[in-house]
Amino acid sequence: MIWNPQYECQGAEERRLLQLARLKNLVETLYSRVPFYKAKLDSAGVHPRDVKSLADIAKLPFTVKDDLRETYPYGLLACPQAEIEEVHMSSGTTGVPVVDAYTRFDIECWEEGMARTLSGAGATRHDTVQVAYGYGLFTGGLGAHYGAKRVGATVIPMSSGNTPKQLMVMRDFGTTVIACTPSYALFLAEEAKESGLDPKSLKLRAGCFGAEPWSENMRKQIEAAWGIDAYDIYGLTEITGPGVAFECECKDGMHVSEDLFYPEIIDPESGRPLPDGEKGELVFTTLVKEGTPLLRYRTRDVTFITRGTCACGRTTAKIHRLFGRTDDMLIIRGVNVFPSQIEHALIEIEGTDPNYLIVLDRGESHLDEVELQVEVKKELFTDETRSLESLRNKIEAVMKSKLGIQLKVKLVEPKTIERSIGKAKRVIDRRKI
Amino acid sequence: MRIQQISVFLENKTGRLAEVTRLISGAGVNIRALSIADTAEFGILRLIVDRPADAAEALAKGGFTTRMTDVLAIEIPDQPGSLAKVMEIFKDTGVNIEYLYASLEKDCATAVVIFKVEDLELGIKIATQHKLSTVECL
Repeated sequence: MIWNPQYECQGAEERRLLQLARLKNLVETLYSRVPFYKAKLDSAGVHPRDVKSLADIAKLPFTVKDDLRETYPYGLLACPQAEIEEVHMSSGTTGVPVVDAYTRFDIECWEEGMARTLSGAGATRHDTVQVAYGYGLFTGGLGAHYGAKRVGATVIPMSSGNTPKQLMVMRDFGTTVIACTPSYALFLAEEAKESGLDPKSLKLRAGCFGAEPWSENMRKQIEAAWGIDAYDIYGLTEITGPGVAFECECKDGMHVSEDLFYPEIIDPESGRPLPDGEKGELVFTTLVKEGTPLLRYRTRDVTFITRGTCACGRTTAKIHRLFGRTDDMLIIRGVNVFPSQIEHALIEIEGTDPNYLIVLDRGESHLDEVELQVEVKKELFTDETRSLESLRNKIEAVMKSKLGIQLKVKLVEPKTIERSIGKAKRVIDRRKI
Repeated sequence: MRIQQISVFLENKTGRLAEVTRLISGAGVNIRALSIADTAEFGILRLIVDRPADAAEALAKGGFTTRMTDVLAIEIPDQPGSLAKVMEIFKDTGVNIEYLYASLEKDCATAVVIFKVEDLELGIKIATQHKLSTVECL
């Protein structure tokens, strides 16, 4: 099902002309309306009139996550604040959030991107879409919600969690499409079986899964457990949220909505653009965004681009399932977490020397489990078990409120955490994704 | 009267106690009494030794987190009712006990009970007033 053949099946030359016109307009807007970008362009020695072809994008400066953090909350606004209709944000490296502010038009583009995404998974107005991504500042919930409304489906805004109710609603309302993290889809299937409900007996037939890394192996597991088609979707708060790229029925790479978002792959070291098919860091330029448009935003996600006409009929570029990241960001139960955030939080807890280790695993529940090992230094040690237990509980509570994830703190003896020369090893990821 | 106790933080894993005792023996220190408080994930080993400072140094060198705590050591006759008598006195005088453990010697007619009390000064005062036999060293 192709939602918007005009743009999704556009000819290559016609698309390039559209992209170039939009890119020129974007650079002019940023130069004239966003002082941050005027300064950035000036110091890079480029002027909007220097953008004559799409290849000229390589002359333009990058935007990085720190730029967004430093301009928090509204420093990158390219329109009057009165035009902003909605704001979303996700965590930054030091806890300063990264903001995406949407005008009415931006929301419509978001709906469009998610409508294409859901259509790629075969959803139509005859479907019932259960949104089990979190609603709120996180873009997953509302993004999927808007898209499902746009295709005219019946939307069930469940948000995340409350598993028994998810299953009850799924059964009683005959949910046909679910949108959630892939690990939650596996967890739901287990819980269904546990409660005596055969996942395959339900009407569910497709799922749009994203917000965390997963694999072909997980796809097979999800498809087998539910008897559905599982689709990989891609998005990030900075660019718009979900709806940036999505899989079609070929399940062979995610189609980028290129009329809205211009993708590039660069060498993360040199910043040089890489040719199609070569693995590198994914960079996006928002071509039509009004609220917080971004120029060459470095996603830190590693993938490669392929082009050509897909068997589904779409002509948009495809990005391969993500290979990893070029930074140390962790995605835990769909939440972005930087080890530095954990470190900052530990320093704030009085007397805690931040010697810690994050151990990630997926247990039988299929959900991410996080153990935070904290060394008990002399200053923290009292003679009583209860004060150590209360220290542990305090760390868990602070992490929950600061990072938004439930982790398990394990107090360990000093020097049990491996010291390496130079940068300490802070993360052990045992998740078999 | 008051006596120094060494507390050692231990993870619940194989070989940690062996490591503690190895370090203490390496320092030529003699263990006189001990007890372990354990939770599901960690434990606290409490030790009374003949040379606390040397033991603490050896343990710190071996990478253990330790803490010195003053405790009250009281010698009681090794016969029925002696501990009950002490407990009765502490109860009546408001000496709150956080934990206690005993050290017994086979060829001796007395036992030493180590009390960690909430208010050590009060504990010492009450013990003295009631002529309990406090111990300076073990």
